[in-house]
Amino acid sequence: MKRKRLNTGFKMQFMLLFSRQGKLRLQKWYVPLSDKEKKKITRELVQTVLARKPKMCSFLEWRDLKIVYKRYASLYFCCAIENQDNELITLEIIHRYVELLDKYFGSVCELDIIFNFEKAYFILDEFLLGGEAQETSKKNVLKAIEQADLLQEEAETPRSVLEEIGLT
Amino acid sequence: MPAVSKGDGMRGLAVFISDIRNCKSKEAEIKRINKELANIRSKFKGDKALDGYSKKKYVCKLLFIFLLGHDIDFGHMEAVNLLSSNKYTEKQIGYLFISVLVNSNSELIRLINNAIKNDLASRNPTFMCLALHCIANVGSREMAEAFAGEIPRILVAGDTMDSVKQSAALCLLRLYKTSPDLVLMGEWTSRVVHLLNDQHMGVVTAAISLITCLSQKNPDEFKTCVSLAVSRLSRIVSSASTDLQDYTYYFVPAPWLSCKLLRLLQCYPPPEDGAVKGRLVECLETILNKAQEPPKSKKVQHSNAKNAILFEAISLIIHYDSEPNLLVRACNQLGQFLQHRETNLRYLALESMCTLASSEFSHEAVKTHIETVINALKTERDVSVRQRAADLLYAMCDRSNAKQIVAEMLSYLETADYSIREEMVLKVAILAEKYAVDYSWYVDTILNLIRIAGDYVSEEVWYRVIQIVINRDDVQGYAAKTVFEALQAPACHENMVKVGGYILGEFGNLIAGDPRSSPLIQFNLLHSKFHLCSVPTRALLLSAYIKFINLFPETKATIQEVLRSDSQIRNSDVELQQRAVEYLKLSSIASTDVLATVLEEMPPFPERESSILAKLKKKKGPGAVSVSELEDGKREGELNGAGERGTDASAIATSNASTPSPSADLLGLRSAAPVGSAPPSAGSLLVDVFSEAGPAAPSAAVNDDNFLSDLEPPTENSDSLLVEGPSESDSAPSSSSLGSEDPAPPLPESDELLNKFVCKNNGVLFENQLLQIGIKSEYRQNLGRMYLFYGNKTSVQFLNLQAKPVEPLVEGGAQVQQVINIECLSDFSEAPLLNIKFRYGGALQNITLKLPITINKFFQPTEMASQDFFQRWKQLSLPQQEAQKIFKANNAMDTEVLKAKLLGLGTALLENVDPNPENFVCAGVIQTKAQQVGCLLRLEPNAQAQMYRLTLRSSKDSVSKRLCELLAEQF
Repeated sequence: MKRKRLNTGFKMQFMLLFSRQGKLRLQKWYVPLSDKEKKKITRELVQTVLARKPKMCSFLEWRDLKIVYKRYASLYFCCAIENQDNELITLEIIHRYVELLDKYFGSVCELDIIFNFEKAYFILDEFLLGGEAQETSKKNVLKAIEQADLLQEEAETPRSVLEEIGLT
Repeated sequence: MPAVSKGDGMRGLAVFISDIRNCKSKEAEIKRINKELANIRSKFKGDKALDGYSKKKYVCKLLFIFLLGHDIDFGHMEAVNLLSSNKYTEKQIGYLFISVLVNSNSELIRLINNAIKNDLASRNPTFMCLALHCIANVGSREMAEAFAGEIPRILVAGDTMDSVKQSAALCLLRLYKTSPDLVLMGEWTSRVVHLLNDQHMGVVTAAISLITCLSQKNPDEFKTCVSLAVSRLSRIVSSASTDLQDYTYYFVPAPWLSCKLLRLLQCYPPPEDGAVKGRLVECLETILNKAQEPPKSKKVQHSNAKNAILFEAISLIIHYDSEPNLLVRACNQLGQFLQHRETNLRYLALESMCTLASSEFSHEAVKTHIETVINALKTERDVSVRQRAADLLYAMCDRSNAKQIVAEMLSYLETADYSIREEMVLKVAILAEKYAVDYSWYVDTILNLIRIAGDYVSEEVWYRVIQIVINRDDVQGYAAKTVFEALQAPACHENMVKVGGYILGEFGNLIAGDPRSSPLIQFNLLHSKFHLCSVPTRALLLSAYIKFINLFPETKATIQEVLRSDSQIRNSDVELQQRAVEYLKLSSIASTDVLATVLEEMPPFPERESSILAKLKKKKGPGAVSVSELEDGKREGELNGAGERGTDASAIATSNASTPSPSADLLGLRSAAPVGSAPPSAGSLLVDVFSEAGPAAPSAAVNDDNFLSDLEPPTENSDSLLVEGPSESDSAPSSSSLGSEDPAPPLPESDELLNKFVCKNNGVLFENQLLQIGIKSEYRQNLGRMYLFYGNKTSVQFLNLQAKPVEPLVEGGAQVQQVINIECLSDFSEAPLLNIKFRYGGALQNITLKLPITINKFFQPTEMASQDFFQRWKQLSLPQQEAQKIFKANNAMDTEVLKAKLLGLGTALLENVDPNPENFVCAGVIQTKAQQVGCLLRLEPNAQAQMYRLTLRSSKDSVSKRLCELLAEQF
């Protein structure tokens, strides 16, 4: 047993979604970091990933982490995992998340995530918790989200358009 | 806009987001945000109580603003209020805000914890999940304190909903990572392990992450998970692609769970139970077989998921490292991937093969792919893939392919990406040394490295080549010739000048016979580079010049002129100026003999682990597989022997430790200075080290050959080694003020400490948490002088240090020095005792040590020819004149180390005396005041048996005996 590896499964460190223009659309941190550090990491990574050419490999070593990223239309999905973690399964975590968004929004696009960022977070929390896969069945995740939406609709009282605008 | 609003639709929020998106400039955006912030603030502060919906909307806007990258310093309280709303959507937004924005604000955490507690107790699974998500997202210690006891109960309770169990498992994992001390599994352990059998695949998927983490910390308690994991894995692997319904991903059954199961198994050694192991091996074979089957889908997701499992299985196979068949199959599979059209797979295959290369079972199989890997290094377009190829070449390198691999890496270096050059240089340097069959190849390689990538060649690398050249005389001539040629290049790297200067300074004489490299040509060549170099290199060159004066007297005038020139002797850099002045003086006043002694060829460096390795380790960080392999996977003996001891970070710098000048003086000229100072006159420096040693003296006096370290009149025995001390009147006040505690008996380890100093004169004699005692000593004939340095390692004062003319007080962090003059009156075998007392805090510290003064310190080396040696050997043939010991080697039997030790002993090491070149013979005379004792020594190593035979003959039996005892501990 020569490899000294003691890591804890597929612990993701963080996930970032950003556009081709480098605008951050969603950030999820699974390790405690200061706001300053988060901003620094984001800036560095966005730059690094955007500089890469299309045919390049989806994995890169960055600091002591491994970055796994993939581009879907105008959005980059970018995860940081520990060095010994499984890159391919992380790539498919990204894909499954995209599928979930797609199914929920119906052919998802960047705007959906901008205007419904809270939903994107809720879906992510159902799928991954603390950086680990919680539920990998697409049906089960969406069922949980739809149940919540149902609760929401029951609770919601309709509001007049005027009142809405007046209050903004 | 697309079909957005499922559910609520906070129109105000959508309008705000649109506004922001429509902002034409950053300034406009900031203006719009500030307006919104002001609005929200006034709403929150307003008299009118906000309804839940408005609160939710504003909190959501704040969150959006935060996510845009702006700081948010209010709204936390409103978010916390939302937590206790009974409307799900409000609660949900409250939790989201807290997950994203809350830091450990203790006041708020208390309120948040309260809300979480209510939701956990609500028995409403949706609320419970929200609360658990929040704990998992924040994961603070306060939360662990509040909930670490409750969550395991939720996890294993029979009536908990599956979705809640999943959240509870991962929530607990997060808390365990934050505060392992607070998460006590105890009674729950077995029920948690049995979650691996759960009907619900989602529950298993979540629980296994927790179990894996707990298993790593408490493998024994969780070891029942192995058989459960194997049977679960076996069921998944053998299931048809549709059996697992929604857990099948692109025709691959449960890829995430499979990977996690394989990862869990990597926390344990191979299963002991034959049946379980058989089943597991079957699973692994099935996974390898599936890789050969035609894909069930053309989608990349299918192949990714399938290969994710395959790579994890290969990791497990490598982890076990016990199934040659599987290892070789894994290697063949990876070999196929090396040429796959998917860049990702090529990358992973290179990475994974790196670890396979370290297994004895698959090392050869990995090597067969060398051409493909070299090709990858040359042609891959992505630097991260090329980096993997370089790593793999490094890992697969052994003696059979070292020349090829080093050559390929060197040629790659010429075009390599800047980001990886330094690491490549280190790797080439390590491989070249490790697998050098002849050292001329090694020297060539390193000089090539400097030529190609001089800027990336760190000090460690060029220090190392010099160490090796100095230690191996078979390569010195070649090295001199090669550096001489390399320096011919019109522009050569400064590192080349350093190596060249050093080597020509030491070994330039070896090529001076050739008129093309006559002394003057060598000197002119070096000096032509001088003005282009930095100060440290110039300093090194100056040292090389003075060495030239010694090697080649004919260069003296030229070099003196250079030294005398204003640009040297008046150089604005002190170091250069000092060297110029001193070297000039040295060369003009010292006799040839003195010059030859001072500027003698450097002695061999002690063998040590290459510091380059340490540097590479540091660079790669602890997780670097390839480096740890290098250490573990030594498959062949190294030419350079004892490479494994310690991690000495600064190879040459250590040898400079005693050099007063801070700049690296590799030639070690300066440390020679204090030798030859006048012998101490008795009584000149009086020390009261032993003022307390009085009571100990009588017991020691029983022995005829004892010493007296005492200042009381040494009545008993004039045959003693007297450590000179102050007059009685000097010592009296101090001893009276110090109370009457008896000196402690010598520390149990004091003999061991003594042994450390038999072959050396300087070092740390003793160290504990409070005090460090360093020693420097020098001997001449029967006299010696020892400097003791008492270092206070604490930050407070030691009071009443009893060592007289030393200040009786040592400041925190400070050091005081004490000088002891030594005279050897007659031969002795017991070392003098040093008793130290001082007050630290209130407590009196009382330490007794043996001073490292041994009989061999008074050796004068005697050179003699073979014939004389054997003649004297025969003369000393009385049985009592000989002492002999046969003993096992305690250290590696390295010739250079042995030589260094024998020289350190103080005797002359006689070459070409013993007919067997493996043996060492030495001769010396021990000088005491009473008499001189001639000694002959013979050491016969037996490498096969790892034994030595040591024989000593001297004119005095007690001396033979004592030397034999001392030396037997040294090898």
